[in-house]
Amino acid sequence: MTKPKTFSEISTLRERNALAVKEAKEKGLRVVGTYCLYSPAEMVMAAGAIPVMLCGTSQNPVPAAEKVLPRNLCPLIKSSFGFAVTDTCPYFHFADLLIAETTCDGKKKMYELMGEMKPLHLMQLPQVQDEAALSNWTGEMKRLKTRLEKEFSVEITDEKLRDAIRLANDERRSLKEFQDVCKNNPAPISGMDMLTVLHNRGFSVDKREAIELVDRLTAELREMADNGLSPFPPSTPRILLSGVPVGIGSDKVVRLVEECGGSVVCFESCGAYKKIDPIEERGDLLEAMADRYLRIPCSCMSPNEGRFPLVERLVREFQVDGVIDLTWQGCHTYNIESYSLKRHVRETSNVPFLQIETDYSESDTEQLKVRIEAFLEMINRSKRAGSGEDTA
Amino acid sequence: MISVGIDIGSTATKAVVYDGWIIGKAMEPTGWDPKEAGLRAFREALDMAGIKEERVGPIVGTGYGRISLPIFTDRVTEITCHARGAHHLNPATRTVVDIGGQDCKVISLNEDGSVADFIMNDKCAAGTGRFLQVMAGILDVSLDELGELAVGAEPVPLSSMCTVFAESEVIGLLARGTGKGSIAAGIVDTIARRIQGLAGRVPLMETVAFTGGLARNGHICEKIALYLDTRLHVPAEPQFVGALGAALIGCEG
Repeated sequence: MTKPKTFSEISTLRERNALAVKEAKEKGLRVVGTYCLYSPAEMVMAAGAIPVMLCGTSQNPVPAAEKVLPRNLCPLIKSSFGFAVTDTCPYFHFADLLIAETTCDGKKKMYELMGEMKPLHLMQLPQVQDEAALSNWTGEMKRLKTRLEKEFSVEITDEKLRDAIRLANDERRSLKEFQDVCKNNPAPISGMDMLTVLHNRGFSVDKREAIELVDRLTAELREMADNGLSPFPPSTPRILLSGVPVGIGSDKVVRLVEECGGSVVCFESCGAYKKIDPIEERGDLLEAMADRYLRIPCSCMSPNEGRFPLVERLVREFQVDGVIDLTWQGCHTYNIESYSLKRHVRETSNVPFLQIETDYSESDTEQLKVRIEAFLEMINRSKRAGSGEDTA
Repeated sequence: MISVGIDIGSTATKAVVYDGWIIGKAMEPTGWDPKEAGLRAFREALDMAGIKEERVGPIVGTGYGRISLPIFTDRVTEITCHARGAHHLNPATRTVVDIGGQDCKVISLNEDGSVADFIMNDKCAAGTGRFLQVMAGILDVSLDELGELAVGAEPVPLSSMCTVFAESEVIGLLARGTGKGSIAAGIVDTIARRIQGLAGRVPLMETVAFTGGLARNGHICEKIALYLDTRLHVPAEPQFVGALGAALIGCEG
């Protein structure tokens, strides 16, 4: 099974972009690092700076982080902090400013310490999605705008902001179209490869180039799908991975699902399907941005009403056979929400649901395999029963 | 067609030879070499059945060692196998509680015996056979004796579910002169509470079967039944349910 040509280009994007960031810095461009989907990249672009995703998906720097942070904290927070403290993330290294948000308790307290290493702008994110919150969050957008203008001695005009929003919306369109190729059954790309693309494009310095690359890949994948090409045999169980953010390095569960004979066809997470809703260009631009970002269905919201219908819709649209809800150890919000999500999936979709709680380490691989294999056996048996070729 | 199921668990390896009914079975400690243990149990079970290896059709492996033997014609997880085995022994079974050496699980079954849902403990040893083994070791008694000690004693509350922390807690209690019986009862309570916590995550429908080696221990059964507020049905040989399920899946093809 050959992979699309464009894939190999994207799979080296992260390394190439580390150099591109260095060159951009040497030319005098400013770099702003972000960790979270709540960080408005448009604002950074409108300030003429380069927004980059910072590293936080590898187990390697976790021990260094644990010298400062408690061990029973979520691995994403420990990894992000560890990369910073060991200076092993090139993007962090070159960043002039960090944008962070008060999402979960672990992150906001970690940011207090990270702020001692780099200039850090903390956005106070409301944890409810109503009118008052929107007004506060619009205020936070203004505060970020002022900070960037002051920090980089630029003026963020409406025109620049509008251009940036259009570019970011085009990126969202491109990412949606890319992920939607997996609505084909069987999917023309594996979950691991899809994750590689979603992960690597986040480090791109030139947004337009990244959009063009992803569009080219999407076109190739569509052609493969039209010709019935897929890395998977027909009737491979189709899995929706919901929950915490995953990336390369924290891909253990994706890898195991596909090694055990499943196909991850959709990621509900922040870097993936939670990202694709565009900003509606209307009225006050800052309010339009605030509105879109506040609607992100993250488990730090209470209540987090948007996530349940999203999962329900993805189960239907991607013809999903099972939902795996991934939660990192120590991520209380996703962990607790898993109970309600399971109930919601059971009531609305009747597809099997498995919660997996783990960290970035490999120590529980065998135990996870048992769960994942049993889950896939359960799906396969019910599929066979449904198609009338059951053996029992 | 004669089929064989081999369940290579972390503590014990079980083999069942099936030809319409169980015609041979064997159990071996897994030890450090799961491959060798699997082969030994296989040969022993064949001896008991009085048949030669050539007559065997499918050989299905399950348990954590299911990857290790090349003779396996298929590999199926212990979750699917326990469900299949328990349903075969009692078709009314809708829930299986299994406590193994290094994990415990609650499996919810559809009417036809297929798996509807399941929950397993996390990677720690809380609520597993290993937890009880370590605790019995501190009290210097066997697992069977631990159950007997606990009968009728007032359980001392243990706050730690974690094997490592519970160990130091028990040592502390012994140092303070707390009676062995009370500690044993506290240990059994701890494991029953852990199972109760797990079972809350899946619908607990009757009939509930209790499988795994611990199910032979009457007192532990009683305690778990009490916490789950249900009757537990223990098969005649609860350790062999997974291997039987594997053999049954084998002959289904």
